[in-house]
Amino acid sequence: MKKTVNHKAWFMVLPVLLLVAFSAVIPLMTVVNYSVQDTFGNNEFFWVGLEWFEEVLHSQRLHEALGRQALFTAIILLIGIPLGIFIALNMPKHKGLWSSVCLVLVALPLLIPWNVVGTIWQVFGRIDIGLLGYTLASLGIDYNYTQNSLDAWITIIVMDVWHWTSLVVLLCYAGLQSIPDAYYQAAKIDQASRWSVFRYIELPKMKGVLIIAILLRFMDSFMIYTEPFVVTGGGPGNATTFLSIDLVKMAIGQFDLGPAAAFSLIYFLCILLVSWAFYTIMIHSDKEAN
Amino acid sequence: MSNQASVNHNRVSRSNWVVILYIVFLMLPIYWLINMSLKTNAEILGGFSLWPQDLTFQNYITIFTDPSWYSGYLNSITYVVMNTIISLVVALPAAYAFSRYTFMGDKHLFFWLLSNRMAPPAVFVLPFFQLYSSVGLFDTHIAVALAHTLFNVPLAVWILEGFMRGVPKEIDETAYIDGYSFFHFFRKIFMPLIASGIGVAAFFCFMFSWVELLLSRTLTSVEAKSIAATMTRTVSASGLDWGVLAAAGVLTIIPGALVIYFVRNHIAKGFALGRV
Repeated sequence: MKKTVNHKAWFMVLPVLLLVAFSAVIPLMTVVNYSVQDTFGNNEFFWVGLEWFEEVLHSQRLHEALGRQALFTAIILLIGIPLGIFIALNMPKHKGLWSSVCLVLVALPLLIPWNVVGTIWQVFGRIDIGLLGYTLASLGIDYNYTQNSLDAWITIIVMDVWHWTSLVVLLCYAGLQSIPDAYYQAAKIDQASRWSVFRYIELPKMKGVLIIAILLRFMDSFMIYTEPFVVTGGGPGNATTFLSIDLVKMAIGQFDLGPAAAFSLIYFLCILLVSWAFYTIMIHSDKEAN
Repeated sequence: MSNQASVNHNRVSRSNWVVILYIVFLMLPIYWLINMSLKTNAEILGGFSLWPQDLTFQNYITIFTDPSWYSGYLNSITYVVMNTIISLVVALPAAYAFSRYTFMGDKHLFFWLLSNRMAPPAVFVLPFFQLYSSVGLFDTHIAVALAHTLFNVPLAVWILEGFMRGVPKEIDETAYIDGYSFFHFFRKIFMPLIASGIGVAAFFCFMFSWVELLLSRTLTSVEAKSIAATMTRTVSASGLDWGVLAAAGVLTIIPGALVIYFVRNHIAKGFALGRV
């Protein structure tokens, strides 16, 4: 659709602008403010320039948390996206009771408060009272997510796959629904294999939503906090201390405002950078589609 | 031909099995939570059983009779509804502007809005706490509702813009020629056209505000304490009352399940943010 040039449209955007400015710009400026100052208490601050940024950028702690975070996000994307596509391809295509039931059940994990998701898996994985932990233990598998860091990782990854794969499924399902039946019939006449139907019909049609799915999954897994916090509390040791958990520890637990603020800004910039790249790709593919 | 049909049939039943398997995987942990909520604490810790041997509703009765528990639900619902209304009211005109007009800096503004959806809540915890304390809003429902607009408003704008783009501009122009004022047109003609979009946006605002813990926990202490915060605090305080905790968890799933049932026909499109 061709849009009209109208600078007065700014007035329609103004309420959003004011609201988001209140809830985003003011807090962000506070963070910037902290990141360049130090304090000895009593609300007396003095200017330290970029010292905090240098300290944080060179700190082992940030590097390790960033490494764990990147690894976690990579694993989640590698499992979640293909699995989501696979499930979506198998979802019932025609509207009816069965497809409604499937949609509601599949979407259910997305609507559970995040701390409850954590609680569910915390219980589910326990060897004494949890179904998963108990079953594994009685099969003779040595599994304990509170002491073994590998087990903790596996638990959190399975939990995240459980929690968020449905988002990918629903997005891809929406994409698949938009493919007219005629495409499949044409493919059948050409005797196209299942793979080529997927590769040349379904995948291109899903491209737009798939980019949104990857973008959302990237952002959300990169800022994951509540679920691992409830399940492992960042442990054992620091094994599952991801960026957000580390940041909250630093800011609220130790009240190291300066480093925490510098940390925040670096963290935000990382997400912004990757998201901007995705967003550009998305706009581009939107244009191609039109 | 019959061969073809049986191949199709096999494929359909295999598909069904894949979906059923996935749903079982999703439901098992939830089942376990429900199972636990119907047991006494002694039974939970005493032994392992696949279903409650000694069925009890005591855990639920505790929640419905103890104000410190049920007020958590009321507080959560209050700020979630406030947030949904605020988000939609400001997002509607903005989404209309983005979908219909080009104006100075519109693309940058749109990305800036989206970037707030990308902001890790952890970054904002401390500044929010200070900001809302200094304006005297700490521990009120409106504070949490406003804080959640940080990610809900951009999302609502994004979804609504997607749906509005699907409405041909000729409709607007015809309405103006027919002498409708902008507000009249927007309310009487345009909003009914994107009703499903508004429903989906409301659903998403509800959902993300309902599931969020970090900000709602930080911004409240007593008066507006959310159910999520109530749950985490009980864990640390009273030596793990597993049964009640499980019952509280089950009750937090119900509002979501109800809402999702009402929008089930639009979920798929909504999750694609109207871009299908």
